[in-house]
Amino acid sequence: MRILKFLIEKEFKQMFRNPLIPKMIVMYPIMVLLVFPWAVSFEIKNIRIDVVDHSKSTYSRRLTDKIAASRYFILNDIPPDYRTAMWNMEQGETDMILEIPTSFDVDLVKNRASAVGMAVNSVNGTQGLLGSNYVTQIVNDFSSELRSELTHTLPAQSRASMMRMPRINIVPQYKFNPALDYKSFMIPGFMVLLLTIICGILPALNIVMEKETGTIHQINVTPVNRIGFILAKLIPFWVVGLVVMIISVSAAYLIYGLWPAGSVVAVLFSAIVFIFSISGLGIIISNYSENMQQASFLVMFFILILILLGGMFTPVSSMPGWAQAIASINPFNYLTKTFRMLYLNGSTLADVSGNLLMLALFSVVLNGWAVVSYKKRG
Amino acid sequence: MIEVNKLCKSYGKQGKINALNGISFTVDEGEIFGVIGPVGAGKSSLFRIMASLLLPDSGTAIMNGHDAAKDYRKVRQIIGYMPERFSLYQDLSVEENLTFFATLFNTSIEENYHLIKDIYQQIEPFKKRRAGALSGGMKQKLALSCALIHKPEILILDEPTTGVDPVSRKEFWDMLGRLKEQGIIILVSTAYMDEASRCDRIALMREGEFIATDTPRGIIENYREILWSVEGTRMSALLTALRGYPEVKTSFAFGDKHHITVDESFQPDALRHFLADKGFHDVRVELAEPTVEDCFMAM
Repeated sequence: MRILKFLIEKEFKQMFRNPLIPKMIVMYPIMVLLVFPWAVSFEIKNIRIDVVDHSKSTYSRRLTDKIAASRYFILNDIPPDYRTAMWNMEQGETDMILEIPTSFDVDLVKNRASAVGMAVNSVNGTQGLLGSNYVTQIVNDFSSELRSELTHTLPAQSRASMMRMPRINIVPQYKFNPALDYKSFMIPGFMVLLLTIICGILPALNIVMEKETGTIHQINVTPVNRIGFILAKLIPFWVVGLVVMIISVSAAYLIYGLWPAGSVVAVLFSAIVFIFSISGLGIIISNYSENMQQASFLVMFFILILILLGGMFTPVSSMPGWAQAIASINPFNYLTKTFRMLYLNGSTLADVSGNLLMLALFSVVLNGWAVVSYKKRG
Repeated sequence: MIEVNKLCKSYGKQGKINALNGISFTVDEGEIFGVIGPVGAGKSSLFRIMASLLLPDSGTAIMNGHDAAKDYRKVRQIIGYMPERFSLYQDLSVEENLTFFATLFNTSIEENYHLIKDIYQQIEPFKKRRAGALSGGMKQKLALSCALIHKPEILILDEPTTGVDPVSRKEFWDMLGRLKEQGIIILVSTAYMDEASRCDRIALMREGEFIATDTPRGIIENYREILWSVEGTRMSALLTALRGYPEVKTSFAFGDKHHITVDESFQPDALRHFLADKGFHDVRVELAEPTVEDCFMAM
């Protein structure tokens, strides 16, 4: 115990003496919590649109204004014809084209129906899809607006028949994240990312560094045993990880007003369970790397898998079967789910116990693997 | 006492690279035993096995009665190991490094200060300085202090003087001499042949084998060749010319001279004429005393 305490002391000493690490430990959470939630968002905004208005009527102008007023669109240009609009799109100046036919107002008044044309640049698939959805929504809105206005101009009888026509209005109710705020969804994910880096990756690189500088040989000829050496590497980063976690939870509340709808103790407890599993992964990486280059490469590889197949950005349920299989053995995925449940759904510890059990299982498997794969003597 | 018996170690797939090829030797109490050989001879592998850092494929290394492979815990208590490369914590200070290793061995600097006093006193003025900021010679002294701090019975030094300036190298060997007087067995490897004479006994090592084991004097006395040294200008052209002379058996660069071994019929004047014909006029040809390096080259 005395030796372990001394080893940990040495790790902290080296950590604080490092010109970069302490700064990074402070900068990283700040960056992740202050900057990323604003930038990393799947809300599509600021879609540039060209409206080709052949009609030049009151109605067409109203539709144009309605689109321009929407927070999703920026009215780029009102070109005289479709060719010019297409030219704009090819030059990358606009993302969408809405074409309003010459007979737009006449059709609306006489035939009670009209059509508009729409062209979308779908190089960015999400933007294309959402953009056209938004336009459809606005046009639908506009048409029901017109419908109620125009009904008044109809003779009484047809007005009555019009009113009897079945209409379905969908009124969505957004549960758990009523403001549809993407940030509330992403911040719990970013907290998982922080824990992964600080508790999983940093100690792994630290162990490999001792290998690379040869100091591990000097340690290996002392009576210090394996477990003691690794624990001394992990414990400081666990402490730092938990401190960062507490800072993050507080910062999320202070900056974004985001506080777990469930219990905050449950959030910290799940974090601890996760830390054990991700530390195991880190040690496995360090066991299989002889130098920093190998370790960094392995780290990049695993970080990508952890994040991209971990449900942080894209929902696991929409992944193909094989990717879901990987996600089902991805600790990152389980903690992201758990954090979102605790933060947004207001789940209790009992609700997330399934996830925590899986994380505990990963801890046992990964740490067991780490112990087996460690060769003190080559 | 160290007893090494038929140590074998190979690396690579199907053991293609033989690092150690059945090495056996013994070292007695209070002896400095030098392992001398070029880079890649297998010196480090041998030392790492004896330091319990590497498992041999076969054979045993018994360190003062403890098997380095089976009884490694005990072995680690009684050996002090200094790896080839400086491997102390560069971001800890001189004093912190020493305290660190003392604590890991459950001892303190004060307890064994007498052992490291001679060496440590030279770096003590810089004890607050980070180890990374020390000069090569001072790093060596610190590493030796750290290897000695737990009062080892056996000291294993893997190329301790590689990359150290000549003055520090001499000082280092003086220190080893004093440690030997305290009864510590010292095992040291080096690629510098001139350091061989500082050892009590040496083993010449090549390609995983000991090609000779004796005292430095014994090794030199066994030298059977006739050795001359040749000195002049344009040394590399001179070496080529020497190799073209029929009575020269071998020739190699030795410091700022060339050493040649020759047939018994060799006449230095004939060689001088031969070289003068080739345009080497200011050449000195003298009979040379053989050194360990010459013995090594002859084997």
